[in-house]
Amino acid sequence: MTQIFQLYVFILAGFIGFQIIQKVPPLLHTPLMSATNAISGISLVGALVAAGGQYGKVSTILGFIAVVCAATNVVAGFLITDRMLAMFGGPKKKPETAPEAGK
Amino acid sequence: MSHLFAFLRALEEGPQINSTQDLIVQASYLIASIFFILGLRSLTRPDSARRGMQQAAGGMLFAVVGTLLNSGILTYQWIILGLILGAIAGYPMAMKVPMTAMPQFIAFSHAFGAIAATLVGIVEYRHAFTPNELTGQTPGLSHGVAAALGFEVLFGALTVTGSFMAFGKLQELITGRPITFRGQNAVNMGLMAVAFGCFAMLIYQPDTAWAFYAMVALSLFLGVSMVLPIGGGDMPVVVSLLNSYAGLAAAATGFAIGNNVLIIAGALEGAGGFILSVMMSKAMNRSFANVIFGAFGSGAPAAAKEKGEAKESKTISAEDAAVQLAYAGSVVIVPGYGMAVAQAQHICRELMELIAKQGGEVKYAIHPVAGRMPGHLNVILSEAGIDYGALLTDVDDANRVLQTADVAVIIGANDIVNPDAEEDKSSPLYGMPIFRPWTAKTVYVIKRGKGTGFSGVENPLFFKDNALMLYGDAKNVIGSLVKEIKALDDSH
Repeated sequence: MTQIFQLYVFILAGFIGFQIIQKVPPLLHTPLMSATNAISGISLVGALVAAGGQYGKVSTILGFIAVVCAATNVVAGFLITDRMLAMFGGPKKKPETAPEAGK
Repeated sequence: MSHLFAFLRALEEGPQINSTQDLIVQASYLIASIFFILGLRSLTRPDSARRGMQQAAGGMLFAVVGTLLNSGILTYQWIILGLILGAIAGYPMAMKVPMTAMPQFIAFSHAFGAIAATLVGIVEYRHAFTPNELTGQTPGLSHGVAAALGFEVLFGALTVTGSFMAFGKLQELITGRPITFRGQNAVNMGLMAVAFGCFAMLIYQPDTAWAFYAMVALSLFLGVSMVLPIGGGDMPVVVSLLNSYAGLAAAATGFAIGNNVLIIAGALEGAGGFILSVMMSKAMNRSFANVIFGAFGSGAPAAAKEKGEAKESKTISAEDAAVQLAYAGSVVIVPGYGMAVAQAQHICRELMELIAKQGGEVKYAIHPVAGRMPGHLNVILSEAGIDYGALLTDVDDANRVLQTADVAVIIGANDIVNPDAEEDKSSPLYGMPIFRPWTAKTVYVIKRGKGTGFSGVENPLFFKDNALMLYGDAKNVIGSLVKEIKALDDSH
């Protein structure tokens, strides 16, 4: 029964994804990809369970590696998305500083 | 309420179930899911996007903290060390990567997420068949959970090696040309069939460990062998597709460990990546299957050679071009990846400001597949401080503006302005939606040298009557245009 519920959740979330992402303008397609990449770092949640569950030595090591990788994915993903979106920031405003000097 | 508890309890696989604690955990997941959806929705508008994604990052924090409260987690030292190491690795990566390298960076980051998903799958599988210390019984695996774990490692492992290959191609560590051999698709199909065979075996008999590990190995291999034959120009589609696979792997993890936030985030990403790769294929006028199995660009250069060389294209000096640009009322710049390679975006902005000072208007026509990933050039131009209001991202809109433009300037772009896409049925580009810069009064083509573009197809635009070539490195050429316009300005 649980898995049927999960399937519901999956299908409905998939629909939301389709609906929303079709509306993202081409202007923001690169930030969109980096955003979904960051969100896929949610595997971190699974990695935390694997690393902290005391499933045995090998599992803990594998889980630890998974935590490191997923955390890298999350941190790098969200930061780079933010860096990109900052450039699309304030509507119709020109930056005062020389572009080469910034960032 | 008891219903809700029962439902949440069913979702939770922890050894002891404490209702209040689980409720908090599930609530944090729900909040995270909502933030993820709102974050993605904020991306539909440039001005709201940044805050939306910051909220999504907050959602991620909720999910992590919620998980740490989970009763299934018994030790924290490895988790904390892992999180710290991940943050240390991720921060400089994100802050230093240049915007031109965004596609390979995203591919690299995908590989990391996928490694995590795959490892979690392996840990869960091992755990299911490790005897419990107290009771001596193995937890075992239901057919459904075995299927979820199978999906997880299948997509996860494929994404790991596939992303690394895509990274290598984009970073030019491996040749961008398709690497093919006879019967490649048949071999890949065969291996895929074996992998699916193992998968079926695993579902039928969850304790068949060899089938599980064989699947991981095959999947790792398939990631390499499926990306190798795809040309560097098609990497945007591959990266979006891997995006989708990474999402599906995360969703499968959610099914396996009974975690809704993983399912939701994975489904969002799976859907998003899939839509983007289909949209990309369409913008390149290729079917999705053609990109994946077509090995485009391996045969084209030979065919293209026969046509060219006969005609000569006209050139123009930077001085003459500068005069025209200075007095132009409307200028449309059509950049390609060549502009990004030459790092000409900053000097482009300078040119744009000079023309604006003279009373002209400058717009940029950005093709959906210009650059190395969807929307890549928009990011590069925005980085140079060019207002996104000046970017025309719709092909039809841009063509309308081009019709009334005085000058169209092509910078390091080729296939996206190739008239063959509309005129020559035998061209591999035929049918691709393109810009029509030749409808402007004059076209300047800034190009590194004679020769064909990335796809190896000759471009008749360069031989049109109103097309004038400016050969040289984009940055230098535009630099001299800027200098000439400044000199004109001073002499007045």
